[in-house]
Amino acid sequence: MQKDISDVEFLFPIQLDIDNFLNLTPFEPFSENAIEFLNDLSVELNKDVDSRKYGEIAAFAFFCRKANIFSFKKKYLNNQTIRLGRGIVFHIAPSNVAVNFAYSLICGLLSGNLNIVRVPSKEFEQVSVICSAIYRLSLNKKHKFISERLLLVRYDRQSSATAFFSSVCDVRIIWGGDSTIEQIRKSIIPPRSFDVTFADRYSLCVINADVFINETSPEKIALAFYNDTYLFDQNACSSPHLVIWLGSDINVEKSQEIFWTNLYDVVKVKYNIQPVTAVDKLTSFFNQAVKLEKASKVDMPDNSLWRVQLKHLPQNIDDYRCSGGYFSEYHAESLTELSKIINRKYQTLAYYGIEKSELILFVKEVALTGIDRIVPIGRTSDFSLTWDGFDLISTLSRICEIL
Amino acid sequence: MSSLSEHHYKNCPEYKKMMDAIGYTPAKKYDCTELPFLPVRLFKMMDLYSVEKGEIVKTMTSSGTTGQLGSRIFLDRETSSNQTKALTKIVSSFIGKQRVPMIIIDSPEVLKNRNLLSARGVGILGFSIFGSKRIFALNELMELNIDLIEDFIDKNKNERIFLFGFTFMIWQHFYKELVKKGIKLDLSNSVLIHGGGWKKLANESVSPEEFKNKLNEVCGITSVHDYYGMVEQTGSIYMECECGHLHTPVFSDVIIRRAKDFSIADIGEKGIIQVLSVLPHSYPGHSLLTEDEGTLLGEDNCPCGRIGKYFEIIGRLKNAEIRGCSDVYAERY
Repeated sequence: MQKDISDVEFLFPIQLDIDNFLNLTPFEPFSENAIEFLNDLSVELNKDVDSRKYGEIAAFAFFCRKANIFSFKKKYLNNQTIRLGRGIVFHIAPSNVAVNFAYSLICGLLSGNLNIVRVPSKEFEQVSVICSAIYRLSLNKKHKFISERLLLVRYDRQSSATAFFSSVCDVRIIWGGDSTIEQIRKSIIPPRSFDVTFADRYSLCVINADVFINETSPEKIALAFYNDTYLFDQNACSSPHLVIWLGSDINVEKSQEIFWTNLYDVVKVKYNIQPVTAVDKLTSFFNQAVKLEKASKVDMPDNSLWRVQLKHLPQNIDDYRCSGGYFSEYHAESLTELSKIINRKYQTLAYYGIEKSELILFVKEVALTGIDRIVPIGRTSDFSLTWDGFDLISTLSRICEIL
Repeated sequence: MSSLSEHHYKNCPEYKKMMDAIGYTPAKKYDCTELPFLPVRLFKMMDLYSVEKGEIVKTMTSSGTTGQLGSRIFLDRETSSNQTKALTKIVSSFIGKQRVPMIIIDSPEVLKNRNLLSARGVGILGFSIFGSKRIFALNELMELNIDLIEDFIDKNKNERIFLFGFTFMIWQHFYKELVKKGIKLDLSNSVLIHGGGWKKLANESVSPEEFKNKLNEVCGITSVHDYYGMVEQTGSIYMECECGHLHTPVFSDVIIRRAKDFSIADIGEKGIIQVLSVLPHSYPGHSLLTEDEGTLLGEDNCPCGRIGKYFEIIGRLKNAEIRGCSDVYAERY
């Protein structure tokens, strides 16, 4: 493979000796070096005035704290197995989420790898803030070990850099959905290397109306749900599109009224609908009305929030989705009824008012082909080292067995 | 208009399902402004028609954007003939009632398959009825046939010549070629009607004024009229008047709607364009929500003297910078 990376913009480091980089060694997961680096990155970002402008940078800095990383470390150090990073991880971040690349990088670092990260081609200020914080850390000798194992790049899709970086990586992480994955996979990776892919997914929410009816702060639940959905234009893989109601008829009816009214109050203040999204919603709804029996629109004050009530739950409900605040809802007898819709595409289930024991049973008996995460409403986009069903630390490291 | 809705409700099962889902009552008389509208994209997603399949005599398609299907519009004899009549009525106000010599600034290739016509084909075929004799200015390789054009102009120098084509094609293959070859034509007595939108020219930063001025420089033409129309409502097109405004013909209406709640925008306020036409009988396309943005400029008071609403097109609705990690922006992953 030709090292044709002449059209690559290096965000970090500014000067790169690629041959030297490729010869560096991986290291053990949760190494002191990596944890110190992340903790100092957290401090550095918090010092940076710019980062206060962006909630997602603050959230990222919070994630990088030593205390948080230690809590993850504990989970992994429970046996005598020797693990090492697999080598070079090549991350392809999604183009339209600013800080996702940084979380992907954390996984690569904590699992003991060298990292080549392709940041979004769109120039987000958040990316520059994080990159310059990394640059400042690299000036400290203490962080030489980690920073020389880091490469942050940006390039257009026409570039042959993807082919080159693919040819030298041990693991390639592809974010960005089905067609991106298809494109990237045209570049060959070495025989022992593999891809970790984050494809298009579908997510839903379950609310137990018998509990919700007694909720004293429904506005907080509505805000939490807003953060799950509208915050990313309902277009993150973890954003619910379907709301399943459980409970008695009367409680469901009342709860729906309370829930959607409260949500609308949040949306009204915080969300600005794009004209094209309004047209998308009307189109999606008519398409749904033709192809699914008995789907009806619930009157709402405006286009920023669309509710479609389903009288029965079609197996392919995941085909009828739209971004920007468009929800199908259905009153189910029980969680068991979901068995007919759940498939491999299902990722996150956000819940309210359901016991954990019930959720465990649900996973073992109902959600056998899909659903990788079950989280309380409001936490669908919380990042974790386990994502889409992959334990990323284990996946990005190898075991050396000593008998 | 309300009875057209009722007709489609009774004869197009898909349309009935849509209307049922939004609580439409067929018996009720709806005012034009309350009439339900279908987004044009639906014609790309499903086949919609309100007549027996055997009555369909023509299917028209619009170009889909890369990787997507185009619209499919089904015409019976009645709808097709009404489209022609409407177009004749609208266009005669610009080129007169007589047929005139016509230069089509396109290649004959676009008409190859008459059963399945593209938007360009539909436009050319529709406007061809105004030509007493016709030539295509471009060959199958999209090259300008200068000799043919000069000869045609020469032979018809005492008559008004009608030129027709698509805005971008005219710019790319007619204007630019004339400039490149250093040729000037005398079309000072001609009328040019063009359509198809400004997207590509906007990318080249060519404004409508510049388009007119530059064409005038190479061929002396002064009467240049843009039109707004779509395959989904062929026939009832909106012509640009001498003042540069698009006019609503008697067969149609235009309503500008706010994205927030689809309420009606004020004069001068930007919104999504809804188009209504009395022509669509064989398919439920009489009330459509386009994906174009525009502004109503006024009603009955355009300085050109034509009555009715007049408006301007701002362009396609922007593909919003949607956040999220799925594939909406896959094309620039």
